[in-house]
Amino acid sequence: MPATLIAAATALALAAPAYAKVIPVPAGENAQARLQEALILAAPGDVVELGAGRFVLTDGLSLDVKGVTVRGAGMDATVLDFSGQKGAGEGLLVTSDEVTLRDFAVENTKGDGIKSKGADNIVYYRVRVTWTGGPKTTNGAYGIYPVSSTGVLVDGCKVSGASDAGIYVGQSKAITVRYNFVENNVAGIEIENSRDALVADNFVTRNTGGILVFDLPNLPVMGGGNVRITGNLVIANDTPNFAPKGNIVAGVPRGTGLMVMANEGVVIERNKVIDNPTAAVMVVAYPNAFSDTKYNPLPRRVFLGTNDLLRGGNDPQLPGGDQLKAAFGGALPPVMWDGLGDGPIASGNVIEFGWTLNLPRQGAGFDQAKPARFQLPQHQPTYIVPQPGQKIERSEPSPNPGAPAALDVRARP
Amino acid sequence: MRLLAGGILLAAAAVAVAAPQGRVVNDAAIAGAGFPATLDAFGFFTNAATQRPAAGVTPYRIQTPLWSDGAEKLRFVYLPAGTKAKAQGDGLLDLPVGSALIKTFKLEGRLTETRVLLHRAEGWVALPYQWNREQTEARLALAGARLELKTPQGQAISYAIPNKNQCKECHQQQDAVVPIGPKARNLSLAWLTSFYKAGKLDAVPQVSARVPLWEDRAKLAAAPVARGWLDSNCAHCHNPAGSASNSGLDLRWEQSDPIALGINKRPVAAGRGSGGFEFDVVPGHPDKSIMVYRMGSLEGGISMPEVGRASVDPDGMVAVTKWILEMKR
Repeated sequence: MPATLIAAATALALAAPAYAKVIPVPAGENAQARLQEALILAAPGDVVELGAGRFVLTDGLSLDVKGVTVRGAGMDATVLDFSGQKGAGEGLLVTSDEVTLRDFAVENTKGDGIKSKGADNIVYYRVRVTWTGGPKTTNGAYGIYPVSSTGVLVDGCKVSGASDAGIYVGQSKAITVRYNFVENNVAGIEIENSRDALVADNFVTRNTGGILVFDLPNLPVMGGGNVRITGNLVIANDTPNFAPKGNIVAGVPRGTGLMVMANEGVVIERNKVIDNPTAAVMVVAYPNAFSDTKYNPLPRRVFLGTNDLLRGGNDPQLPGGDQLKAAFGGALPPVMWDGLGDGPIASGNVIEFGWTLNLPRQGAGFDQAKPARFQLPQHQPTYIVPQPGQKIERSEPSPNPGAPAALDVRARP
Repeated sequence: MRLLAGGILLAAAAVAVAAPQGRVVNDAAIAGAGFPATLDAFGFFTNAATQRPAAGVTPYRIQTPLWSDGAEKLRFVYLPAGTKAKAQGDGLLDLPVGSALIKTFKLEGRLTETRVLLHRAEGWVALPYQWNREQTEARLALAGARLELKTPQGQAISYAIPNKNQCKECHQQQDAVVPIGPKARNLSLAWLTSFYKAGKLDAVPQVSARVPLWEDRAKLAAAPVARGWLDSNCAHCHNPAGSASNSGLDLRWEQSDPIALGINKRPVAAGRGSGGFEFDVVPGHPDKSIMVYRMGSLEGGISMPEVGRASVDPDGMVAVTKWILEMKR
């Protein structure tokens, strides 16, 4: 056992209260009150153990006790069924730190699936969130929705049908999203206004857009960056956009593989990005007008390492898409840039082909584009390992972003 | 731990029995640990069915209240003998440990629930109590409840008593539970003065801008009426330390930045709550404003506020609509 693992395990053992207990909650009659009461009466360290079967729920559930584990009998065996939900903005809301959610499913919530807000060091492990009717505008917005938190691990989960993002991490830091299967959402995975995120080894298919890394204005936390997207299978994301208008993802073209908007220090490497009909990779500025003086709308320091960017660009959902396609010889080059901020930089051993819209300024529309081929400049990021007291140049990525190791131990003890 | 809590609960009940029935407020039940099983354990009322308060329990009202399906609300504040609340300018009265805020809801002429906020040494605790049909007892409803009721307008609704966590959703500022209603700016000068004269408040707070009295709305300008309503109905979550802080929408009475108030602000995580609209508030166009759309909806995932209502507030809609309509484009 590596020393770090031992240390983490010891820390956990010390943190777990001596009187931790298991509170069994079987499926059946009056599930709403029994389960909600268990979540309220649980003490730090307790395990609320959901039985196999279907829990028929009428309202949102919430957990506000630190260090509680909610554990089911498996993501196909234990189902929290919100089809008859009458109120609340989500199925399950977590507002306490050090919580572990594992091995259960949430179905057909009216709003978001599972939201955790201000819930530091949260683990979502092998949780499924599904809207069973397939992609519909009337589905809830986010499947798994951690926000305003430090320390987030989403591991081995499965989300489909979200009318915004399947897995959405917002205004958070120290994030790992890995080994998940996201299908049939508008955005598969979205990292928004967040820093220090690792998005690794996920299977992302049949969404409108695969993996999005965004930063938006007028929010309490801005300045998204230091994101590493690695080892993902981003394949055939071709579901027509079904997001309700007004949401930023409603503007994501069908067929987008990876999209970086207004972020800094993003590394994209070892991904297989295949058959995404608009673009394998898109690097763009925030497109709308804004008045927030603290906000930087431009992409900066986005590195493309060695990826397989295959096929795709053959049916772009862009204004004048057919003409563009013809002009580029039948398919668009795999890397699209809007011409604003730093262009994407090639840091791997594959020569990537790109094209640029050559927009004259932030906020300019497609009608002002002057599309042209674009050769990605080649160089390596200057990885920063901060020394104590050292002022960090924020725009460069760090070598190993992600959630604290202790969260891995909790997911896979 | 559950056993332990049960033990405390029993102990609290025993104290309640020992106290003179309904005559004196049970300070131990307020300040002690555990969740008393019945409202009666606190002794807030000499006659609970008629809501006649016990000695030391003072009724109050707020200028523009939170709307809860048209329920009539009876509000009371209790301070332990010999203690005083502290004035804090326009803001919340600083109520000492041992204080309690009590709010009873009445629909169809019957008491439905009483929500209490207890100021304990470790912070405020919010608990919901549900009245029985006979109106003889209100019991703790930790997990909340749903009741089939009618609004005063005759609309059949599934009325929700919030669970303990949902109480906190609205009463949360950062990690702490705090009262919402009794801010000096939302209390009348007359009431504050009488509370001061009764020796329960250290000073009559100087209020720079008082929230209008809701009943006066017809004769007042649209903006203060709407802003008062938004403050009471939305701002407990929509503020920088509240449950909806991540939205960037701040609807507090004192906020003056148009974007923070939603004017030409794009939504962040609205999902289908956007209703297909692009901005929270579009000046001159309530029909294109997400705020009005969500206020007018009864669907989970769309309707705002998310908890605490099962019908649309018709007067609140008029107030906010008028404000947006009159706003300069």
